[in-house]
Amino acid sequence: MSHASHLLAAGGGGTNLDSIYVQVLYWILAIFAVGAAIAMVCVRRAVHCAVMLAIVMLALAVMYAMQGAPFLAFVQVIVYTGAVLMLFLFVLMLIGVSSADSLVETIRGQRLWAGIAGIFLAVLLILGIGHAAIGSANPATAANGAGNLTGIATLIFTTYVFPFEVTSALLITAALAAMVLAHRERTAPKPTQRELARRRVTSGHVAPEPPPGVYATHDAVDMPALLPDGSTTDRSVSPAIAQRDIELGREPIRSVTADLAAEARIEAARQVEEAAAGGAPGKGRAPGKDER
Amino acid sequence: MSPAYYVFLAVILFVIGGVGVLVRRNAIVIFMCVELMLNACNLAFVAFARMHGNLDGQVVAFFVMVVAAAEVVVGLAILMAIYRARKSASVDDANLLKY
Amino acid sequence: MTMTTLAATGALRYSWLLLAFPVFGAAVLLAGGRRTDRWGHLLGVAMPLAAFVYGLVAFFTLLGYPAAERGRELHMYSWIPVGSFQVNIGLLLDPLSISFVLLITGVGSLIHIYSVGYMATDAERRKFFGYLNLFIAAMLLLVLADNYLALYAGWEGVGLASYLLIGFWSFKPSAAVAAKKAFIVNRVGDAGLSVAVMLMFAEFGTVSFGGVFHSARSGGSGVATALGLLLLLGACGKSAQVPLQSWLLDAMEGPTPVSALIHAATMVTAGVYLLVRSNPILALSSTAQLAVTVVGAVTLLWGAIIGCAKDDIKKSLAGSTMSQIGYMTLGAGLGPAGYVFAIAHLLAHGFFKAGLFLGAGSVMHAMDDEVNMRRYGGLARYMPVTFVTFGLGYLAIIGFPPLSGFFTKDGIIAAAWDKGGTSGALLATCAIIGAGLTAFYMTRMMLMTFFGKPRWQEAGPRGGAEPRTGQPQPEPHMAGGSGGSSPRASTAALHPHESPGVMIWPMILLAVGSIGAGAFLITGQRFQSFLSPVVGVPPVSHGVFTTAGYITLALMAAGIVIAWAMYGRVPVPATAPRGSLITNAARRDLYGDAFNEAVLMRPGQWLTRLSVYFDGRGIDGLVNTTAAAIGGTSGRTRRVQTGFVRSYALLMFAGAGLLVAALLVVRL
Repeated sequence: MSHASHLLAAGGGGTNLDSIYVQVLYWILAIFAVGAAIAMVCVRRAVHCAVMLAIVMLALAVMYAMQGAPFLAFVQVIVYTGAVLMLFLFVLMLIGVSSADSLVETIRGQRLWAGIAGIFLAVLLILGIGHAAIGSANPATAANGAGNLTGIATLIFTTYVFPFEVTSALLITAALAAMVLAHRERTAPKPTQRELARRRVTSGHVAPEPPPGVYATHDAVDMPALLPDGSTTDRSVSPAIAQRDIELGREPIRSVTADLAAEARIEAARQVEEAAAGGAPGKGRAPGKDER
Repeated sequence: MSPAYYVFLAVILFVIGGVGVLVRRNAIVIFMCVELMLNACNLAFVAFARMHGNLDGQVVAFFVMVVAAAEVVVGLAILMAIYRARKSASVDDANLLKY
Repeated sequence: MTMTTLAATGALRYSWLLLAFPVFGAAVLLAGGRRTDRWGHLLGVAMPLAAFVYGLVAFFTLLGYPAAERGRELHMYSWIPVGSFQVNIGLLLDPLSISFVLLITGVGSLIHIYSVGYMATDAERRKFFGYLNLFIAAMLLLVLADNYLALYAGWEGVGLASYLLIGFWSFKPSAAVAAKKAFIVNRVGDAGLSVAVMLMFAEFGTVSFGGVFHSARSGGSGVATALGLLLLLGACGKSAQVPLQSWLLDAMEGPTPVSALIHAATMVTAGVYLLVRSNPILALSSTAQLAVTVVGAVTLLWGAIIGCAKDDIKKSLAGSTMSQIGYMTLGAGLGPAGYVFAIAHLLAHGFFKAGLFLGAGSVMHAMDDEVNMRRYGGLARYMPVTFVTFGLGYLAIIGFPPLSGFFTKDGIIAAAWDKGGTSGALLATCAIIGAGLTAFYMTRMMLMTFFGKPRWQEAGPRGGAEPRTGQPQPEPHMAGGSGGSSPRASTAALHPHESPGVMIWPMILLAVGSIGAGAFLITGQRFQSFLSPVVGVPPVSHGVFTTAGYITLALMAAGIVIAWAMYGRVPVPATAPRGSLITNAARRDLYGDAFNEAVLMRPGQWLTRLSVYFDGRGIDGLVNTTAAAIGGTSGRTRRVQTGFVRSYALLMFAGAGLLVAALLVVRL
């Protein structure tokens, strides 16, 4: 823990770890980050992409900490990974979590040339930076003297106060923009309560449906579940249980007919329902439809 | 560990993010690759702050994060609106401006 | 020999009238249009007559001066005053030019009168007279000019008039083609003359006769030779000498008065005028003189051989013209010994050749525009006046003493004889042989036309299988018949009759000239003394009868006898017999046209085709290739616009990479 606190110590700006630990940590994090990034580009499902991105962001957060930017490290985790990435996931859920990209590329040569351009750019930048005079770490300065957070706060509210104000205006604008963009115009007048009640009554289905399990007569694991129309489904029984029944010499229970009174009640209710429905078209129920 | 290593890593992440933007078709995934590129820039900023010994790079990285957040909000709202209209989030759908 | 010229005084001050009369006539007739149709021909006749009257006045005024003062200049207009290049339009009246003036206006007036009758049935007669007057004006400017540039203006003017008149019946394709041919061949000669004028200005700084002759010596013999040869080229073009002789026979497409005036008496003699006027230049270069004599000798034989084989009466006369001008050119190349005889022969030739042509026109008029002599025969009985005048012209041209040709032609032959050396002997031989050939073909013409059986009576209707050209053998060149404007009905019978008076009297007057002009000029050295201030004195003067003269007479007699044997004693076949090698060659104008076509026309056409090919494939190909390349490139380049955002993003990414590369290249 002392190492961790030393890590977070604002004095010095940097870690107090021995350089060998820093190097090992760097290489591990770097490999993780690059691997996750490449995976992010390559996976098919979008949710996996988001997860890979989260990994990259976390790795980067640790790197910020290693470089004497603890405040930024936590902001990265809390804000970036925790808020922004979650926002991504929300939208993914809304839009289609299972929509998978087909791996076939529609534009001819796009992948090849994108790869070549990427390699080209990477080589160039590395060459450029390699030539640039990047000195060694310069940890100690007066700015960092009072502590990392204080230093950053000082900078934000003195030197960079105007960008700060502008950025806050930007955030407000972004929030408003999101509201406006996600807003859906009504195409029909909003139904009043009176209208809703009328609809409910004329549909014949006045009372809300009972919550699941109201009509259940058994709760054994090996009893098949009831469907709304009274039929049973085998799929609710685990194949292992069914196998056990067979091994024990018992026949798997296919229907719930033990309770004759319950069955008569069910039958009567069904007949009333069919008489009320008569020749009218379906009332929204879909008997026999298997829901996934 | 000289800051140069962090900058190299930032370059590599940036390029990977760039290639991801070019190769993926799903709009959200492309957006995420853009986020990756922004993160790489943040890393570079922090490394340079370390190199100079002052905190200006970190402050800039902070602002980048704020702006990225705002951008994500607006961008995703737009994506949702488009998805509602077209039921598809593929960027290849907008291909009418061709020869 | 240069004569000092004085200013024009007295009656000569109005010498501009010589030009003004025909110019006025041409302007009124051509600009007036159909309104002047009724009296146009009268005005057209009056103008040359007025000019002739003034010409006589000028002549007698000039005679009134002493011999050394007969050169008079009249300054009319300062034409090109540009710094050191001063060219005026001025008139030079001296013995040489006044002789020509009298010839042009005199013979010209007679031919104008003749045309009133000959073109009576033509609806465009007024235009014809307009063109004739234009010709007279240009020819007078040519002979009266006092500098080479004004002479060139007249030179071009007569070329234009010749073109207009040869192609007068422009609805006939053969006439239009012949006019174009004449113009183009003349152009070659004109190029020589214009280069000569340019050379004069470059060397001497002036183009006036006085200035050029005065400073000719300073140029050296090289310049004199060049000038002489260039002037010879110009003369060849206008006078239809070899190698520019191919147009003269085709020029017979024009109406007969045109052939008489332009292509016998006057225009074709302009070349001889040029050479004689430039005698100071020729005197400085023996090479040029030799060239002139050679050209003259070759042409006189060339024309004579052609004339022997033509069945078309006008073409035969054209060959004769070519030959006679060859004689004049030969005389002009012999120096002072020959100038006088050349000009005298020119004047006499004007009379008898015009008379011969007018007679031919009269025969054609009577024979319903038939030109083929094989269809003539025995016309002496039906057209006595024509027969007599034609006969007198015939005697004059063959050099039968004592008519004109005897004096003048024999003078040239004697001058050639006297030149001495191998060249003199050769030239004299050619000239004498030419005289024999002249006698042969002219006798042939007389016999076929006026004697013998009237072949036109038994020939019956002209067969429809033959082309209307009138030439039974195929003419390989464009000039078809040289007949009149109206086709003849094939079944109408011919009733040859004498021509009307308006046509007869000019022929009679010209016959008078044919008889007496030669004797008048040559005996007593009258013309020689008149002309000598301009051209010099012949070194050797001999009498009328010389050795060369006797030999010439002998050959003349031989020619007559042979012709009588071939055409007088035996009946003339109605269709041309197959003919020997030289006859066939002569029928094809000694392959002059074939040579021009092979050496000049076809290479020219090939050059044109080559240029067209290069233009089409090369230059157009270059342009089209550029356009196609751009089109192809754009066709490929537009495929960059795939419409996919991702490919655009790739391009942006790559562009960013290139920018970074550029930055690094600069900074590294």
